Amino acid sequence: MAFLNACELKKNGVSKKMNIQVNLEEIDNNLTGFIRGEIDAHTAPVLREKLEAYQNQDGLKAVLDLSDVDYMDSTGLGVFVAFYKSVNAKGGHVKLKGLSSRLKRLFDITGLGEIMDIESAGKGGN
Amino acid sequence: MRPFDYVEMRVPAKSQYVGVARLTISGLASRIGFSFDDIEDLKIASSEAVTNAVQHAYTEGEEGEVVIGCALYSDKIEIMVADHGQSFDFEETKAKVGPYHDQEEGAFLREGGLGLYLIETLMDEVKVHHQEGVTVFMTKYVGGEQVEEDVETISS
Repeated sequence: MAFLNACELKKNGVSKKMNIQVNLEEIDNNLTGFIRGEIDAHTAPVLREKLEAYQNQDGLKAVLDLSDVDYMDSTGLGVFVAFYKSVNAKGGHVKLKGLSSRLKRLFDITGLGEIMDIESAGKGGN
Repeated sequence: MRPFDYVEMRVPAKSQYVGVARLTISGLASRIGFSFDDIEDLKIASSEAVTNAVQHAYTEGEEGEVVIGCALYSDKIEIMVADHGQSFDFEETKAKVGPYHDQEEGAFLREGGLGLYLIETLMDEVKVHHQEGVTVFMTKYVGGEQVEEDVETISS
């Protein structure tokens, strides 16, 4: 690990460690995702790229768990809106779950909370 | 003696420094006594402004720098973000920035998209200045525009 970091430092001058983790798994058109870390201008492209691999499947049912996302701004909103639009256009559905009150608020003040299927933490689990 | 402490950062116009600016501003805000929620608002608003500046500096071509100036008062924080890389005279620039107008700033709004909307929503005052680039000037008061009587001065 230390060696790898040293290589990165040598190659780029700056360590390229990203403060985001995106795990996506698809079984029979059901996409389950778990996102951890911070979603900002730096990390959003990682998330966008991973989601783009699935967004054009017909009738995709995606459930993305954001319970371990501890920071997000408009770049993150932009990624989720783009994914939501593409999946919807193909007759699919996107659900975001586990949102902290902070994250939920971000969707609400931008009006996206009304449009998208969002479940905040504490609400779910029947 | 001026009534505020001033902290300035110059960062390369690269996205990996957005988080660095955000965390620094978070640290400064907690010194003034902002609540947890207000600090989270400040983190988002400052990230939006720095992200805009980074992207704007990129479209200008050359590898630019973004300058972030923070004035810390006992009851508020003023944050200026400029994409033109020139270090600014905080008070001089502050005097020049006008109120934000939707129509005039149409181009900036399109570039910033949701970002500028969030800045306006999460901060108490926002002004934008166009000259040698774009400067965003924003203010947030401790406790939402109310001045607390028992706040200590931050300068020792």
